[in-house]
This record gives sequence, C-alpha cells and structure tokens, in this order.
Amino acid sequence: MLLRLARRSLLNRRFAVGLTVCTIALSIGLLVMVEQLRSEVRSGFQRSVAGTDLIVGARTAPLQLLLYSVFGIGDATNNISWETYELLSQAPEVDWALPMALGDAYRGFRVMGTSEAFFDRFQYAGRRSLTFQRGQPFEGLFEVVLGTQVARQLGIELGDALVLSHGTGRVSLQRHDDHPFTVSGILAPTGTPVDQQLYISLAAHHAIHIGWESGMLRPGTGLSAEQAREREDQLRPDSITAVLLGLTTRAAVFSLQRRVNEYRAEPLTAIMPTLTLQELWRITNLAESILRAVSALVVLAGLLGLVTVLLTTLSERRREMAILRANGARPWQIASLLVFEAGLMAALGVLAGVGLALLAQAAAAPWLLANWGVFLSVSWPSWAVWQILLAIWGCALLVALVPALMAYRTTLADGMQVRQ
Amino acid sequence: MDDVLRIADLSYTWPGQAAPTVVLDALTMAPGERVFLYGPSGSGKSTLLALIAGLIAPQQGQITLLGERIDQLSAAARDRLRANQQGIIFQQFNLLPYLDVRSNVGLPCRFSKARAHRAGDVNQAAERLLQAMDLPAELWDRRADQLSVGQQQRVAAARALIGQPAMVLADEPTSALDSDRQLQFLALLFEQVAASGSALLFVSHDLKLAGQFDRQLDLSALNQAEVTV
Repeated sequence: MLLRLARRSLLNRRFAVGLTVCTIALSIGLLVMVEQLRSEVRSGFQRSVAGTDLIVGARTAPLQLLLYSVFGIGDATNNISWETYELLSQAPEVDWALPMALGDAYRGFRVMGTSEAFFDRFQYAGRRSLTFQRGQPFEGLFEVVLGTQVARQLGIELGDALVLSHGTGRVSLQRHDDHPFTVSGILAPTGTPVDQQLYISLAAHHAIHIGWESGMLRPGTGLSAEQAREREDQLRPDSITAVLLGLTTRAAVFSLQRRVNEYRAEPLTAIMPTLTLQELWRITNLAESILRAVSALVVLAGLLGLVTVLLTTLSERRREMAILRANGARPWQIASLLVFEAGLMAALGVLAGVGLALLAQAAAAPWLLANWGVFLSVSWPSWAVWQILLAIWGCALLVALVPALMAYRTTLADGMQVRQ
Repeated sequence: MDDVLRIADLSYTWPGQAAPTVVLDALTMAPGERVFLYGPSGSGKSTLLALIAGLIAPQQGQITLLGERIDQLSAAARDRLRANQQGIIFQQFNLLPYLDVRSNVGLPCRFSKARAHRAGDVNQAAERLLQAMDLPAELWDRRADQLSVGQQQRVAAARALIGQPAMVLADEPTSALDSDRQLQFLALLFEQVAASGSALLFVSHDLKLAGQFDRQLDLSALNQAEVTV
C-alpha cells in the first residue's frame, strides 16, 4: 500500500527524483568502477605472470625487471650474458628457460627474440599454454610470429612482410630494411602482454643486429640476408635481456633465487614475479586509497543530495501529508513513506550506478588491452562490493530518517490546518 | 441511541500560547444529524475540528466520540478511531494530485480495515459514490488535478463517505464554489449522508446555507475563549 503511494508520489515528481537518482547513480558508478578496475587490473597483471616461477635479468630493482621484461614498461639498462643463460637452463631444478632479447619494435609493438620453446613451454594464467590461431612457429630465419592484438590492430595476415625498427619507440627512423620478416603464425588471444608482442628467433635477432653494436648500422659491416641464412646455425647473440624460468618443483624457487642473486661471475637479479607484483601494489596502494576516499566522499555527497531533496520537498508536500493524515494515515506511516521513497531512490541509484560502472568497464577494456596488454573482463561486482553497496543503501535509509522525523513532527503539529 | 459526539467543559491551549483557543461548555450531535456550525475566521473552528478529529488532545474536558472518550485515548487509538469513523472534507485541495480519481476515493479504505470491510469491494463502492456525486465515468481514471474545483470537491465528498463513517467533518467545503454549485453540492452531500447514515458537521461562515440544516450553532457564541487572531 505504502509502496504504491510512494511510487506514484515519486513519479509525480519525476524530474527532481530522476536527478537525485542520477546523482546517486554517478557516485555509486564511480565507487564500483574504482573497485572493479582495481581488482580486475590486479588479476589481469597476475594472470600474465602466473605461470612463470622466476625471472632473471641483469642486476636492477626487482620491480623494474618485472615491468620491462613482462609488461614492456621501461627498458633494460643491462643484459645478461649468453653463458649465464646456458648455465641457468642447465640447472637441475629448471624445467624450462625461455630467453628474451628485446630492443626492437614494429610500429610500437615490442619485438622479442626468443627460442622456439617459447611457444611450447610458456605458461600464463596458472597452467595455460600458448596456442596458434593461425599458422605455426617461426621456422625460417626471417620469420615472425605475432601476438593476436598486433595482428588484429595492424591488420596483418599470414605471409605479410614486415620491416622491424631498431629501438623500442613508437616512431623510429632506424629500420632493419635489409631484413624483412615474413609472418609465419598468429597466436590465439591470452589476455596478457603476450598478445602485444612479435616473436622472432634469437638467431634472427642476432642477425639483424650485426654491425649495429654502436646503436646504428655501420656501413659495410652488416650481414646480408643470404649470408645470414648460410650461417644460421652459428648465429646466436652474446647477451640477452632476461630469462623466464619454470622450475620442476616450486619448492626449489627460493634456493635458486638466492643462488642467482649471489652469483659471482655476473651481477644478476632473480625475482618471483607474483611476489614482485605485490611490491607494485604496495606502491599503488596510496593512489588507490585516495581514489577510494574520493569515491566515498562522492557517495556521501550523493546521499546528502538525497536528503536535501527530501527536505526541500517536505514543505511543498505538507498538504499531501495533511490529506493522508485526514484520511487515516498515522504519523509513522507518513514517516515511513519518506523512508520508503528514499530507499526506492537509493536502490534505483545503486542499480543504475552498477550498470554505469559495467558500461565504463566495457568501454575501458579495449583501451587497457591496447595500451597495457591487460585483459579486463566485464565481471559482475564481487560479494564484497555488493556488501558495500548494501551498507550504502542502509545509510540512505538512515539519513532519510531525518526528513522522516521532521515530517512526523510537522504532521503532528499541523493538525487539521492544511497549508498551501 | 447514543450521541455520535458529546463535548463537555472543553478547553484547549496551543503549545507556547498563554490563553486557550477553544473553551466550550457543551456540544452534542445525534446520529445522522446535520449540524451547521457558523465559524467566522478567528472563532477557533480549525482547532475545534482538530480536537473532534482527534488530531490533538484537549488539556481539559471530555470529548466522547461514539461512546469512546477520545480525550483519554492514546494518539494511535485516536488515529484509528478517526480512520474508522470519520470522513473529512477540506475547503480545497482535498485530493492527492498524483492518484486517479477512483484511487483518491478509495484512500481511507487503505488506512482503515473497518471502512474497507464496510465498503465491500472498494472500487465498486468508490464508483457508486462517484456516480451518486454526479461525476461521469470518464473522469474516474483521470488524475485528480485534471478535474475542476467543483468536481474535486465532489470527489472529496465521495471519499469522506466511503465505508460509511459515523461522522463527516466538512471544513468550508463550498467556499471555493459559486453559489449555484454550492446548493447543488449540498444537495448531493445530504443525499449521500442520509444514505450512509452519517452525521454531518458542516463548518462555514456563509450563513445563507444555514437554513438547509437540522440545527445551527454559532461558534463565536459557543467559544468562550477570547480569541485574538
């Protein structure tokens, strides 16, 4: 009965009510979006490194190593020697060792020199392996495999010829013109930075850099494509950027990490990527807390807006209340009518806010994927988020008690005098 | 049969005021009686109506409504008695603008089970009363604020009568109508008050209507409070 009256009364004031619901929806949308992005970005980063036990690079800060090796953020300052790579791959507790040689790009996407084992052994999101959407791993020297996003965004097909650029910038004037690559395969989507990279063999990586030791090609020192093909078996780089390791048993990870970090022949850093990610989250925690505080304040503003609307309409609605009272409504019924309306508006606002947040996520997902290689799934908010929303709804009911009590008192004091 | 309303030695002072607004020795109404209460502005009529409706309780004296001493009842019990036994018509703006006409008439039945029970099928009872009050069926589904003032007052009368309350309180219900409409309204109201057996307390400062009633009272003479408004 009250529900029907509340609904009709709200519809009668649909403009003011609509604006209030919008205010609440926007504030809830912001809150939910911050929470969702936070957890989704975290799980997105997590799934990118979840299959790798250790990452080894030159001596550097752990976070820096993680960011440049896996996520393509920043550049390596130093390389590790080929001998160290071989030593690592032969260590008894190492199941697989995947070399990464970085430094080239193709139209803004990173090119990674690696071994063919990368396509068999690399794991992400727990224990998932890479699969090919089309084509196959590189076989010939100047063949390249594309991550799915590279192929999709640049519209590249199997068999296309690509000329790589030297350096990792988006625009580069130095190009490896003499060594065009042919696309041999395109990987299936993974939702990790794997999708944003191109893959060539270490031999090819080495071949296109002969004569580039000074940072650009010295005339007359380069290797022609024919020469390179003849010498393919002997081509291997002197150093690589980093190594991804998978161990036979997880238990060995700490001892191997320590051994690598204490290795005397070369200054090295070994990190457990999942732990290092925690370090990243500790850094971003402050920003997240600020975002959370801001969104909490915005929600508070939304609730205050709700009370304001209820309070300002209270005097206009004195007649409505006197009519209800004269027709037998008790003061508590009139008070609960107001609480009811607030609850209805807040519920609508919360639901609309969640809808907004999901829309915003859907809109942000392609951007995050393109720029960060982080896959954002548009997921239903977690139970924890719903608990927060429920608490906010409870707060709306609580603050609505203020106008409700005022209405209770005025209906008692007004008596039969109906004011206009 | 017992009186519908009996008032004795009544005195009421609004909170924060020094002097009483209403001081009344005696006022009674028999069942089905139609009483004209002449109440010019400042005579304390709004206060008296609020007392009779049980919206406020007197500091002194007795008000007996259908054998119940409402001056001794709790606010909640007075609310219940009003919802069950009184129909109220204001001067103007009686209706909830956002409800349709039929729902407005049925409103008291939503707050009182007793009246809903007496009305039987609430929609049918509402339609019967609307018809009796000369409101054509095509208006019944309209929003209340789309009706003319005269039509709205007749809807308010229908609402006051639904579920046969023992008493109808009318606070200058005709003052917003022109004189032809006033007589027409009064005739329809009398008919339906008689049909439902309700007593009618009709407050007005317009003496030309007074002759139509069973009894006429002058509140400015009855009320011994020195009202200064």
